[in-house]
Amino acid sequence: MNARFAALTVALAALATLPFWMIGVYYLNVSSQILFYAIFALGLNVLVGYAGLVSLGHAGLFGIVAYALGFLLSDGWGHPAAIAMAMAIGLAGTAVFAALSLRATGIGFIMITLAIGEILWGLAYRWISFTGGDNGISLHSRPAPFGYSMASPYTFYYTTLIMFLLTVVAMAIFVRSPFGAALRGTRDQPRRMTALGYHVWAIRFWACMFSGLLTCVAGILFVYYTQFISPQTVALTSSAEVLLMVISGGPATLLGPIVGAGLVVLVKTVVSGFIERWNFLLGAIFVAIVILMPEGLVPGTLRLWRLFWRKQRGARTEAQP
Amino acid sequence: MSALTVTALSKAFGGLHVTRGVHLDVQPGERRLIIGPNGAGKTTLFNLITGELTPDSGTVALFGRDITRIPSRRRPHLGMARTYQIITLFPHDTIIQNVSLALLGLSPLRWNPLIDMTRQGHIVERAGEALARVGLGHIADRPLAQTSYGERRRVEIAMALAQSPKVLLLDEPFAGLSIDERRDVHQLLMSIPRDVTMVMIEHNMDVALEFAERITLLHFGEVIVEGTRAEVVADPRTREVYLGH
Repeated sequence: MNARFAALTVALAALATLPFWMIGVYYLNVSSQILFYAIFALGLNVLVGYAGLVSLGHAGLFGIVAYALGFLLSDGWGHPAAIAMAMAIGLAGTAVFAALSLRATGIGFIMITLAIGEILWGLAYRWISFTGGDNGISLHSRPAPFGYSMASPYTFYYTTLIMFLLTVVAMAIFVRSPFGAALRGTRDQPRRMTALGYHVWAIRFWACMFSGLLTCVAGILFVYYTQFISPQTVALTSSAEVLLMVISGGPATLLGPIVGAGLVVLVKTVVSGFIERWNFLLGAIFVAIVILMPEGLVPGTLRLWRLFWRKQRGARTEAQP
Repeated sequence: MSALTVTALSKAFGGLHVTRGVHLDVQPGERRLIIGPNGAGKTTLFNLITGELTPDSGTVALFGRDITRIPSRRRPHLGMARTYQIITLFPHDTIIQNVSLALLGLSPLRWNPLIDMTRQGHIVERAGEALARVGLGHIADRPLAQTSYGERRRVEIAMALAQSPKVLLLDEPFAGLSIDERRDVHQLLMSIPRDVTMVMIEHNMDVALEFAERITLLHFGEVIVEGTRAEVVADPRTREVYLGH
């Protein structure tokens, strides 16, 4: 417990002071990206990890809120009103998404979410009067609540960090709660859960809504970060990338999706500057993870770490007599 | 008033009529045994009673209340609990977490995403009591993956008992148990007070016969014989259908 507390303190201190020691603004921006993608991945993890429902359409939800915000801002709305409205639209979209997708579970769920994601991508690409088609929508400013402008990379980083920490705390509470336990129950034994008096469909629906809420938060941070939204954001590859973050880091863990987000964003932004075929590298890393630690980086590393120490201890006790 | 009344219940999967006009009338506090050869439709009958399957026709009533149209998930709230023939537990949790989930299922707390599950004293306490009742109190915190088959059978029963059911449906509670474990589970079932009505499916005749007051014999989805233990055992149709000699 003490080691855990120490690690948490160090991590928090490192994150809080990051702009002061990080070399260059570029890497500060990469850190912001990792943080809001981590929120996105944590949101998807609610479904993939704890509900056992794999979604390939989450970039669509991400896109709904991003496009809504972009459209409202270019329509002349103020930032607070536009953010609130975009969140409402995003959550309404999530409710429809959940109601349609939860007609099935397993492969059926994956296929429905995939189809919805593709429909939203098609809309983003073709509904030019609303989305600007391939040209996308550009934003002209970031908000400045209480005179605290988010235009600089530093202020934007801290805003993202606060949202990220709120998300982590919310996840930590959720996982230990009765609802979290019930959700995991519906993943492992849905039939049993019904026989125990649980409304399995409703539990899954509210899990989708929670997942959608985090996705919307990440979407809004994303739009303000890039100040640009195009169909690329809504595409299947974006959904797959987030899923990759969850699976590579370790589904159904708190730390896993965060580590996964770090890995994918670093390869995508930093490493891609050195290796042209970064997609290939990302694929290779993923294959290595699947072979060496199929449970994901975080649980896998923990397992190897314990194994290492047990061997060490074993060697020591053997050496003593 | 009867605890459980099944009237003219029928169910067919395509051309296969698995339940054909079954009548069942179980009095409060009764111990009823349902026997029948493999494929007689015993588990299907349970699934119809608990609502996991919807009957084609007929009704199910619990203490006089027609529950045929009430969804499966509501029935535990009305006092119906069941165990499964194929053990259906939560493999990633500890024993006490399994039982806690059973308790939580009947509590409005199950929708709460903000409180800490492990700090819900009354749930943890009652789960501990249910485990003590089935003789697993000492290993309550053991992960389910590290338990024996016999222990899991008892966790199944503890989960059902934790919900304080009025009607308890037991689907082959002795299946796959050793002789010693069978005796333990038998004693456990005998110790359940009479305010719980029990209906049990069982193949294992020596323990089951001792348990039951009345026996229903199913064959090809139909009730062939019903009566007291002595009547059913003595009936020539029982010997013909079930005992095989």
